[in-house]
Parts: sequence; structure tokens; C-alpha cells
Amino acid sequence: MLKKNGVLKELVTNRILFLMLLPALIFFLINSYVPMVGVYYAFTQFDFNTSLFNSKFVGLDNFKFLWQSGVLAKLTLNTVGYNVVFILFGNVLAIALAILLSELRTQWFKKLTQSIMFLPYFVSFVILSVIVYNVFNYESGFLNSTLKSFGYEPLDVYNTPWVWIFLIIIFYLWKNIGYSMVIYLASITGISDEYYEAAKIDGANIFQRIWYITVPMLKTTFVMLLLFALGSIMKGQFDLFYQLIGNNGVLYNTTDILDTYVYRSLKVTFDIGMSTAAGLYQSLFGFVLIMTVNYIIKKINDEYALF
Amino acid sequence: MKIKEDNYMKWFRLIAFVVILLATVACLFPFLLIISASFTQNEAIIKDGYHLIPTVFSFEGYATVFRFPKQVLTAYGVTTLTTVIGTTLGLFLMTMAGYVLQRKDFKYRNFFSFMIYFTTLFGGGLVPWYILITKYLKLTDKLEVLILPGLMTPFLIILMKNFIRSAVPDEVIESAKIDGANDFTIYSRIVLQLSMPGIATVGLFLALHYWNDWFTSSLFINDTTKYQLQYYLYNVINAMSFIAQMGSGTGVSLGSDMPTESTKMAMSIIVTGPILFLYPFVQRYFVKGLTIGAVKG
Repeated sequence: MLKKNGVLKELVTNRILFLMLLPALIFFLINSYVPMVGVYYAFTQFDFNTSLFNSKFVGLDNFKFLWQSGVLAKLTLNTVGYNVVFILFGNVLAIALAILLSELRTQWFKKLTQSIMFLPYFVSFVILSVIVYNVFNYESGFLNSTLKSFGYEPLDVYNTPWVWIFLIIIFYLWKNIGYSMVIYLASITGISDEYYEAAKIDGANIFQRIWYITVPMLKTTFVMLLLFALGSIMKGQFDLFYQLIGNNGVLYNTTDILDTYVYRSLKVTFDIGMSTAAGLYQSLFGFVLIMTVNYIIKKINDEYALF
Repeated sequence: MKIKEDNYMKWFRLIAFVVILLATVACLFPFLLIISASFTQNEAIIKDGYHLIPTVFSFEGYATVFRFPKQVLTAYGVTTLTTVIGTTLGLFLMTMAGYVLQRKDFKYRNFFSFMIYFTTLFGGGLVPWYILITKYLKLTDKLEVLILPGLMTPFLIILMKNFIRSAVPDEVIESAKIDGANDFTIYSRIVLQLSMPGIATVGLFLALHYWNDWFTSSLFINDTTKYQLQYYLYNVINAMSFIAQMGSGTGVSLGSDMPTESTKMAMSIIVTGPILFLYPFVQRYFVKGLTIGAVKG
């Protein structure tokens, strides 16, 4: 009884603050928490004409199907696999470029190149799909035009699944490298010059200075970005995959991720039960994953944990 | 010792210069392809393919778009409207939320912070959300659906909270309270002004998200006059019928005379144009905002 009075009393005392926060709370309640109830569909064979609780309950049938057909395993492999590569390659490349850029002395060149490298982040993924088409399409793409002009056979890229593993990674990097680079560059400028001066006096050359000062100092930023990325390891990058691959079924084996599968199941086949099941799997798996990782990190070094 | 160090430095700077130059060219190259294609004659694209410099220079792509501008102008209108309203409203609500969540004397801020953050860890997924919006909120084909779901994200709220926390010292709030100001007045008169750089950054992120959104249209909009700009472009690129319809209503039949490839490219440039144009002015705020966030974060 006393506790209840405490909560209400607190909110009334700070009622203006609470009112200012309320729209955000209502927003997340409606947009994020209410839909959680809908995971019930994952256990049904849904018929859009009935309501939530009238659909035929089929228990774990949807999951059984997804698992036995190998769909879930393939999608998980693709989703996690790509994300791991994105995170590793993306950050390593961003760190390398940031370090290289920070050592240049010509200010206008630094500013100009940084701006240009940041530009891809701002254009939409639809434009990216246009770019990819321009370069790789069979009849008139830049690649094949160039090959033909040198007398080589054109490559049917859009029908070759394995190539897209590399293409997706490359274009992910193209789009995001500027963003990560800015963050790392900011961290580098934050490193005190005294460290470098002291190292120079001790006779350290440029490679040693980078390896023993800059890289360790960037560790915090790297871990922070890493943990943020881990939270969305089961999702993420839907725009990239969907705009580049679209409905090209030939490429699904190597490029379909959970997000695109759920989207297609919703829009194309309209199988509510199955797509919700896949979505629930995605959320649950991701949740368990991040809780586990956070727990492990807490054991190693409490500071780095997310919560 | 010193001379040896200088040699290493020189080589290193040279390598750095070359690598950065290559990276920059790689980033720029794709844009040059589209721009070049948009100024190329349609026949030439089909016959000779895409090149860095137009093989046969022509304005026909742009001419087609400007002859029948109705579709793209409508999409521009929709997107501008949703971006302006969405960004303003979203900023207003998120700055308030960020301000409240960083107030150390608000006892339940950790609970509410976590409640917002938790939505990034677990969710119902795409499908229940889709059903909520179409079946229960009945927002299909309404402009509100392009604005409302994108108003806030946990990432931006946390970003805003950190900006305000570092821009507004507790003492300022304390002394304002002593002077008799209530929380909202403190927010509107003091906090907003002090946090301007943070608000600019969050606002730009939000605006960029709204401007580039195609996903919401693809899910919830069937009325072509309400398509967002990027989704409109997506349809132009991918659905032949879309282009053929450009001239509908004007009494002019385009049929197979239309320079489809050039038009697609011209449309791409026209749709991206504002971003490319505003980019030089706007990017420094992004950089500044990210920089401050990165250092303090």
C-alpha cells in the first residue's frame, strides 16, 4: 500500500516531466509492445478474415516446417554470417582508413575526401540498386561493356549466386564506410598528442606509434560499436538485401536473410502464420544471443557490458 | 634516428594518400555512371551499355521527365510533407523525452529508459506490426502512416538524452527551478537553446530517414498518388507499366517510343538531386554531431 502511494506520489510531484515523457511512452507501447501480443499468430494457421483468437491453432507446426525444410537454418546462417563479416570488415576498414586519413597533412584534401566517402551513406538504397544494375546487368552493364570491348565474354552476374556474397559485402562497405570512419576519426583526434611526442622521443617509428598508441586507444570505440551492432545481428540491412536482390529467386540460397524472407512471406505469399513464426524465431534467437553475450562480457570486463 | 623516421613518414604519407584517393574514387565512381547514363541517348545505352562518359550525348531522359512531371512532383510533395511534419513532430517529442530521461531527479528514468531500449532487443516482428497498422488502426493508404511509425527510435532518443546531459549543466536547471520556472518552461526556454547542435544532428538523422523511406509506402500504400519519392523511383525502375503511365491523363500516348533507360536514369538523378545538392551544407552537422557523440559516448 505504501509502495503504491510512493509511485503515484512521485509521478504527481513530477507530473510535468511525466507528461513530457508520456507521448514517447505511448508511442513505444503502441508501436512496439502491443504487436508483441501478435506473436500468437506464429502458432496458428492464419486466416485474415477471422480475428486473432479465432484462427486455427496448430502449435509448433509452422516452426517444424521451417526447421525441417532447412529454411530456418539457411536463413540464420546467412543473416548471422553476413552480419559478422559486415561488423568485422566494416570496422577494420574504417579504422584503417581513419588512421591513414588522420596522418595526412593537407587539410583541404582531408576534408574533401572525407565528404566524398560519407556521401554514399546519404543516398537511398533504391539508388544503390540502380547503381548495381548499371554496373552488372548482362546486356549493357559497365562491367560487361568493358569486357566486350576487350574481346571477353560477358558475365551473367544476376544469375550467379556465389558472386553476390562478395558484391553484397562490397556494397555494404561502400554505403557505410564513411559513417564509421567519421566516428573513428573523431576518436583519433581525441587522443592526446603527448603520447605521440613521447613515443617519437623514444624513437618509435610511424608504424609502431600507430600499433602501440592509436589502435589500443580505439579499442573502446570499437567495442561500443561492436555491441551496438550485436543487438541487431539477427536483423539489420534489410534495405540493402532487398534492393539488391529483390525477387530474384536464383540468388536466395546465398543471399536470403530472415528479414527479406519474412517480408516476402508477408507481401507475396501472405502466409501470416509462417512469417510470424520466422519473425518470432528471429526476435527470440537475437534476444537470447545478446543476453548471453552481455552476460559473458560482464564477466570479463564489467564496463563494456550493455546493461 | 631522426632521418630514418622522416623516411618512414614520407612513405607512409604517400601510401595513405594513394589509398585514400582510391577509396574516394571508388565512392564517387558509381554516381558518375548514373549521371553519365542520364545524359546518354537511350539507343546508345541499349547498344553500347553504360559508360563513364556518354557515348551519345542526349537530354531525352530529362526531357521525358519534364514533359510529364506530374507523378514525380506528387511524390516530391508527399515526401516533403512527411519529412517536414515527421521531423518537426519527432524532434519535439524526442527532445522532451530525452530531457526528462536525463533529469537525475526523475526517479523512474532508468525504468522508462530500459522500457524504450528493450524494444531494440525483442519485438513481435514485422507481421504483427503490419496487422496492427492495417487491420486495427486502419491506416492503410493514409498519409499518417508515413509519418507516425517513424517518429521516434530508441537510438535517437538515447542520442538526444546524451546531448542534453552534456549540454545542460544541472546547476542551470536548479537555479531556474529556484527562480520558479516549471519543468516545461525550463525545457522550452533553456534546454532547447543550449542543445541546438544535438537537436540539429538528431533532426538531420530523422529527416534523412523520412526522405529515403520506401519501406512504409511498400507495405501500406496502394494509392500511387501517395507514394513516397524513393518508392516511386523503385516502381519506375522495376515496373515497366509505371513508366508507360507517365503520360496518362495528358492525352499523349507514349507507347514504345519512350526512351526508358535514359528516363530511368534521369529520374534517379532528379530524385536524388536535392540530397546531392544539400549535402555539402548539411554534412558538417552530421560529422559534428557524430563526432561529439563518439567522443562523449
